[in-house]
Amino acid sequence: MAVTSTTIPTMDAIVGPSPGQRLRKRVFGHRGVMIGGIILLVMVLMALFAPLIAPHDPYTQSLANRLVPPVWHETGSWTHPLGTDQLGRDYLSRVIYGVRISLFIGISVAFVSAIIGSAMGLAAGYFGGRVDLVVTFLITCRLSMPVILVALAVVALIGSSLTVVVSVLGLLLWDRFAVVMRSATMQVRALDYVASARAAGCSNARIVFSEILPNVMNPLIVVATLEIANAVLLEAALSFLGLGVQPPLPSWGLMISEGKDYLLFDPWLITIPGLMLFVLLLAINLMGDGMRDVTAPENRN
Amino acid sequence: MLVYTAKRLVLALLVAFTISVLSFSLLFLAGDPAAAIAGETATDQEIERIRTMFGFDRPIWLQYLEWVSRAIQGDFGRSYYFGMPVTELILSRIPVTLTLAGSAMAFALVVGIPMGVIAALYPNSIIDRIALTIAVCGQALPSFWFALMLIVLFGFMIPILPPSGSDSWQHFILPTIVLGYYATPSLMRLTRTGMLEVLSADYIRTARAKGLFPRTVLFKHALRNAVIPVVSVAAVEFGFMLGGSIVIETVFALHGTGYLAWESIRRADFPTVQALILVFSLFYVVLTFVSDLLNAWLDPRIRVA
Repeated sequence: MAVTSTTIPTMDAIVGPSPGQRLRKRVFGHRGVMIGGIILLVMVLMALFAPLIAPHDPYTQSLANRLVPPVWHETGSWTHPLGTDQLGRDYLSRVIYGVRISLFIGISVAFVSAIIGSAMGLAAGYFGGRVDLVVTFLITCRLSMPVILVALAVVALIGSSLTVVVSVLGLLLWDRFAVVMRSATMQVRALDYVASARAAGCSNARIVFSEILPNVMNPLIVVATLEIANAVLLEAALSFLGLGVQPPLPSWGLMISEGKDYLLFDPWLITIPGLMLFVLLLAINLMGDGMRDVTAPENRN
Repeated sequence: MLVYTAKRLVLALLVAFTISVLSFSLLFLAGDPAAAIAGETATDQEIERIRTMFGFDRPIWLQYLEWVSRAIQGDFGRSYYFGMPVTELILSRIPVTLTLAGSAMAFALVVGIPMGVIAALYPNSIIDRIALTIAVCGQALPSFWFALMLIVLFGFMIPILPPSGSDSWQHFILPTIVLGYYATPSLMRLTRTGMLEVLSADYIRTARAKGLFPRTVLFKHALRNAVIPVVSVAAVEFGFMLGGSIVIETVFALHGTGYLAWESIRRADFPTVQALILVFSLFYVVLTFVSDLLNAWLDPRIRVA
């Protein structure tokens, strides 16, 4: 009696990869997300371990060592790989500590504005009707006011500090959250599981928080990422105009502002922090755009 | 169309009213304007005197009513610093800003639309990728830093353009590029998406099947329809450019309204700041109103909704 061997297909081969596996494959296969993610990881590590990486204290001035050029210059040395600024502070250390400020402001502003914007967007999308009218009107008003001008004016009045910059920007940048969450909520609200939750007698709060919120998380995370970039950019611009973070904090925007008087003979003073800003913003944007592609592939063009 | 226009107009007026309240009360929400004018070294008596002199001791709503009823007639009070009527001051500065924003918009359209069209015609080609790279980099480029880099490059290293000032048309070239570059990515992406959508439409296939010149199909049939959303976004972008002009004008020392705003904020020149916030916002309100109407006129389906 001949025994024919048959291979029994495994369960995995029948069902295929799970949604989680497929998502992971898309994330790791997406070049933008990977490049942005790696750069961002390096930046976060730099921010967390700044005291360990930085060769010098970012605040120690040394008038004998003012405006030392970077190491690739003829007169540069490895003591100050990126040279020193107009007060003799080690530039590399200041640049490294600068990541902390940018990331702190970016993340906290996105957090504040996400709460405000999502609450408004969820309410407008879920309740519709008059609530929606009011929220849409508020969004229109907010969009009409130029962010930079209002932020500058308010910061100038209250006095500039890290907390003030974060709260002012947080109170201004909620518009995109509200717009996106409103339309996402409207879509989800029309789905069957929301109707069945309502039929089961769930309260509005429960439907919003346990049925709708988890299902609008994807666009929320994408917007939050892009808003972090927006906040970082605005902080840099405010600090550059002298109405953001105050000296001696090593904010990149402030460093560019302090270096612009030397831009002719010591251009690295503005080139280096500017490049860092550019790389950080590029990484965040690549992450945000990439995540939009990954979580909603059907919207890709 | 008439009903739609009326609805939009009421909305625009409501927004304008809300903004006027906000831009006026901003001063009072943020702190004591009298103390801010008096400066840090002032005594309590001096602050009190300034308070009564400027009328800050009266109820806020009364001050608002007075301010807004004058503002409607075009009177924003006197600038504390320049000592001249704010309206005159703004009017003398606005041509510079409008020239800058206008030329930047032209730059963005001239660069963005052709790039978007080419990117849509050859999707995933090298040209498309370059266009996408430029767009991605544009979003990440801090405008003030880009401006400084251009000043170093073209103002000093290859000295062909004046680094700052607003005396001749050459002074506007670098600011135009910086401000325009900022709006280019969104216009380009919009053109690309619009073109891709339109090019796959049935009427394009029909036009091609009829044997029309590819050029005719592209420009007369496809582009015309694809740029409809671009028109309205361009109007909104123009409004954003006025806001962005604050940073750019400060870097290039262009004496427009953006520079005026920065100067006035630093000098605690409240009437000027209030007026500028209102004027900038009203620009945006008017632009969105016009673009809404333009859209409704181009696409009759919007009017019903």
